[in-house]
Amino acid sequence: MRQRKFVRNIKLGMENLLLHKLRSFLTMLGVVFGVGSVVAMLSVGEGASKDALEQIQKLGSNNIIVTSMKPADEEVSSNTRSFMSVYGLTYEDHQRITETFHTLRQTAPAKLIRKEARLGEKFLELRVVGTTAAWFDLIQRPVIAGRVLLPSDEKDQLPVAVLTEFGARRLLAGENTIGQSLRIGGDYFEIIGIIKSETSEAANIQIPDQEIDVYIPLTIARTYYGDTTMRITSGSFQRERVELHQIILQVDGMEHVEPTALAIEEMFKRFHKKKDYRISVPLALLRQAEATKRTFNIVLGSIACISLLVGGIGIMNIMLASVTERTREIGIRRAIGAKRKQIIAQFLVETMVLSTIGGIVGVGLGVLIPILITHFSGMPTVITPGSILLPLCISVGIGIIFGLYPAVRAAKVDPIIALRHE
Amino acid sequence: MSDSTKLSAGPDIIRLEKAQKVYHMGTQEVKALAGMSISFQRGSFWAIMGPSGSGKSTAMNILGCLDRLTSGRYVLEDQEVSALDDDALSELRLKYLGFIFQSFNLIPQLTVQRNIELPLYYLGLDTLESAERSKELAHKVGLEGRLHHRPQELSGGQMQRVAIARALANNPQIILADEPTGNLDTATGKQILNLLLELNEQGTTIIMVTHETDIAAYARQRLLMRDGVIERIEGEGTGQ
Repeated sequence: MRQRKFVRNIKLGMENLLLHKLRSFLTMLGVVFGVGSVVAMLSVGEGASKDALEQIQKLGSNNIIVTSMKPADEEVSSNTRSFMSVYGLTYEDHQRITETFHTLRQTAPAKLIRKEARLGEKFLELRVVGTTAAWFDLIQRPVIAGRVLLPSDEKDQLPVAVLTEFGARRLLAGENTIGQSLRIGGDYFEIIGIIKSETSEAANIQIPDQEIDVYIPLTIARTYYGDTTMRITSGSFQRERVELHQIILQVDGMEHVEPTALAIEEMFKRFHKKKDYRISVPLALLRQAEATKRTFNIVLGSIACISLLVGGIGIMNIMLASVTERTREIGIRRAIGAKRKQIIAQFLVETMVLSTIGGIVGVGLGVLIPILITHFSGMPTVITPGSILLPLCISVGIGIIFGLYPAVRAAKVDPIIALRHE
Repeated sequence: MSDSTKLSAGPDIIRLEKAQKVYHMGTQEVKALAGMSISFQRGSFWAIMGPSGSGKSTAMNILGCLDRLTSGRYVLEDQEVSALDDDALSELRLKYLGFIFQSFNLIPQLTVQRNIELPLYYLGLDTLESAERSKELAHKVGLEGRLHHRPQELSGGQMQRVAIARALANNPQIILADEPTGNLDTATGKQILNLLLELNEQGTTIIMVTHETDIAAYARQRLLMRDGVIERIEGEGTGQ
């Protein structure tokens, strides 16, 4: 019974609004654009941050990545011919870390050397990653064919290599891949597996793996290529001695990530005279990115909410005018026996119908805009249920808030005066 | 009529005792009703007359439960009206009263049918019942076939008929008519008055405000007011 009355109230409200189609439409427009911009802005904000978050998550939120870095002052002095710059992480560092920290579950040391690889007539400049089996646990990528490195490869010092899908495409071009022998630099390796690789698109985040990687056992890399690399740049040698280029550490729990990173930093400060390393914590980056995203959403959302507010004020304005215009009608209804609350309900239902329909149309608009943005500019946008529900609820709320005052004003109309009103 | 239990309650449907209504206009006090006592019997047809400022409009508002007395008593159908709050007054209007106005006071954007249905909506009748009743009422006042017109498409006499149909929708005990013929030509006015007479014959109590003697002549009793008090009562009834 109550429900039927409610439905009837809504129907009557709609009828009344339809009597002034243009006015109702214009009144609604404020809410339409308000809700539309909230939905659109939230989805743009969500889209912008989603990419960054995904990239960071690829690094692994339990991981700490320590990378060798050439110290800034070394750059200048290394210009002399005979100078060899020695920097970065050492095998000793790796050992010290694994022995010191019991919060580490696994560690993957890596040597990164650029070499040209050749297979038959095809060749490609690759990044040789000398690492252990742990690498593939820490940076999990789908295996396309064969297998990844095993601890036994390391122990037996087998010259085996794991290619990425990209490398395999370039070098093998559809031929049967596993078991073929690949020349890297001057040495031959047996291809034992192919894995997928990620490509990093976010500007600030360096993913540990690249598509031009080839993975070989660390011990092999060490014996084959040594720790010293030579680069010839415009007539001068540049010799560098770096034992390990990167160590990826996996911590046993998220709560241990940041303390462990701090402790490692302290340890490195003690054993490294120069700052020739960098410690990056994906979790910290993740937190930072999330905080940025929140701020972004709040700022965008607030701006859009202001337009919703303007829409609400527009509704109130029109409803107040409508109350004045319909004073006589209110008087008649009151004389016939309508209670104050029934008058309030009548006007409140009208504003709520207005703002709700406006909200629904606005959501439609707000969903369309990000689709168009993505279509024409390629900018990622994400529409979440929250970014639709929130503005919709706000628009209904605005109907109540901005409808209440005009409705109460209507109910306060004195029927005697109202009946005399022209 | 429909409310048969109330009939045994006594012949007086309305009783005013020492009714006072005082308006404050700045520092001045204006006594629109200055202690007036009168009873209206069930089924009577009264005309309230008087020059402007005599208090007849105020009396009408009080009787119509649209306004409250400053002091004194107003008893409607054995209920003490003076003590009631706004909601209860609305309820009384909805249950016992029907209003007819000089300027018809139809809601212009609603059709004739919707106008007639207005009290039924507040009474909580469903759409079907309302439609049936409004058709019945339109027939009663001779407006069948006009149900879907809007008020501005009707003549004055027709509009007043719609108003009467609306006033009758809730089966009121009392119809309060405020200059019901004021905006109509004589012939149409006569038709409306005849309709009121007919209703009165069917048992509805009618109280009509007018300042025209020939219109007041239709009523069975006449109450003449001056300065907020009763000047004279004419006709078959008793007054105080």
